[in-house]
Amino acid sequence: MAKTIAGINEKIRKGKAVVVTAEEVINIAKEKGISRAAEEIDVVTTGTFSPMCGSGAFFNVGHSRPRIKLGGGKVYLNDVPVYTGIAAVDIFLGATALPDDDPKNKFYPGEFNYGGGHVIEEMVAGKDIRLTATAYGTDCYPRKKLETLINIKDINEAILFNFRNAYQNYNVAVNLSDKVIYTYMGVLKPSLGNANYSTAGQLSPLLNDPYYKTIGVGTKIFLGGGIGYVAWHGTQHNPTALRGDNGVPRRGAGTLAVIGDLKQMKPEWLVGTSMLGYGCTLTVGIGIPIPILSEEILRYTMVSDAGILAPVVDYSEAYPQMKPDILGEVSYADLKSGRIKVQGKDVLTASLSSYPKAVGIASILKKWIEEGEFLLTEPVALLPGVESGITFKPLKERPIGE
Amino acid sequence: MDVSRRIVLHFPPNITGQPVVYRLVKDFGLTFNLLKASVSPGEEGLLVMELSGEQKNYDKGIKYLTETGVEIQSLSQDVVRDESRCTHCGACITICPTEAFSLEPRTREVLFDHNKCVVCGLCVKACPPRAMILHF
Repeated sequence: MAKTIAGINEKIRKGKAVVVTAEEVINIAKEKGISRAAEEIDVVTTGTFSPMCGSGAFFNVGHSRPRIKLGGGKVYLNDVPVYTGIAAVDIFLGATALPDDDPKNKFYPGEFNYGGGHVIEEMVAGKDIRLTATAYGTDCYPRKKLETLINIKDINEAILFNFRNAYQNYNVAVNLSDKVIYTYMGVLKPSLGNANYSTAGQLSPLLNDPYYKTIGVGTKIFLGGGIGYVAWHGTQHNPTALRGDNGVPRRGAGTLAVIGDLKQMKPEWLVGTSMLGYGCTLTVGIGIPIPILSEEILRYTMVSDAGILAPVVDYSEAYPQMKPDILGEVSYADLKSGRIKVQGKDVLTASLSSYPKAVGIASILKKWIEEGEFLLTEPVALLPGVESGITFKPLKERPIGE
Repeated sequence: MDVSRRIVLHFPPNITGQPVVYRLVKDFGLTFNLLKASVSPGEEGLLVMELSGEQKNYDKGIKYLTETGVEIQSLSQDVVRDESRCTHCGACITICPTEAFSLEPRTREVLFDHNKCVVCGLCVKACPPRAMILHF
């Protein structure tokens, strides 16, 4: 009998669901054989913990007495500017926002020690945050200035809304130039001095569901240590990217927009992050359960590091100049061995994505499901797949007429 | 018995012209690993080094330095890892010139070998969650 999400949830409620991580499933399914493993295993849990710039949070801070219209005004949280072009007391804080007085790259490379991601981390940790605001004043919102401490437990809503997370595969960054470069992929030493990569490979959510057969709008997930949901496909979602015979994309492909109540998340899984010479961001922990509804779905979750290829890209020239050239492809097994070969040279590798944290996330999600605390959801809509024809387009610049 | 210590040497201006480190190597059989150097002729000089060798030679070397007029301090600067901030991503591994960071092969956690650290500080700013801290 074909398995259903409702059937799996029934087993989860009884504490009888068989749950394994995307790392564990590889050997289990090999040992048991695909058909027996597909019958026995109910859920495979995935995890990733990486810097994700497409992250941010909405806050409704409540109305002051007298009222102030923050909308259209200037608002700062711990000196980090937030977006106010929305309703009266709602604001949006982006992960990469920087204080106005941050020297940025004026002293190169800039340190970027504190920004939006750090405010989110401190907010989640329950620390008081300084809100300072100026507004233009209206008849119904007369106040023009506000300075107060706020705390996540007191404000009406704190919603993490990340419009692009959990990239399905990503570039391996190197530097062919003769000077050090500072990028969002970390510090890259000259003349192929190192190679940085940034996904969890075999544990990464979308690499275990390459054709988005189970992960869709409404899928309940582990987000920042709490519960979240897939809200939509992420921006730059590119399902038509080059794929291998196993269906796994060999380039950056699918992405997810995710949402969840920040109040129940934990700072351990939302970490303010600084990239030297580049900027600030937020490192986000995401874990997604994959219901094993068929042998085909199980087979996708069996993907191992050796079966995932990533392109090696020069971040001194090809990336900044939008040139499509790559220097070859390497597998995650190669990357995790500590060295890869690029243009005949041995290059040491390092990750920006924490594999131990990804394992931790997949294990926590597994525990939640085994203990009956976390039920699976049926997606209400699927993500655009290969058949959608959606591609990732560059900006077409056009002159602005007189 | 061999010893290995990290020390800070302050050279008064009148001896910056002397081959002091050469004498440490040649006369006392000591080895050194230079961590930091700031020496200009006619000005006070500063050398930070790890000095190693047999205890009795080490003691003789230090005596020689003191007699020459070099002021010696033990190294109070140190790089430590804030374990509560480290996410074990591994960004530091290829940045460190002395390979003080390595991956535990099974768990893929990042190990920090304090003994290999030469306090250059490169990891401090390259660490995305800023878990590496320079202590003075």
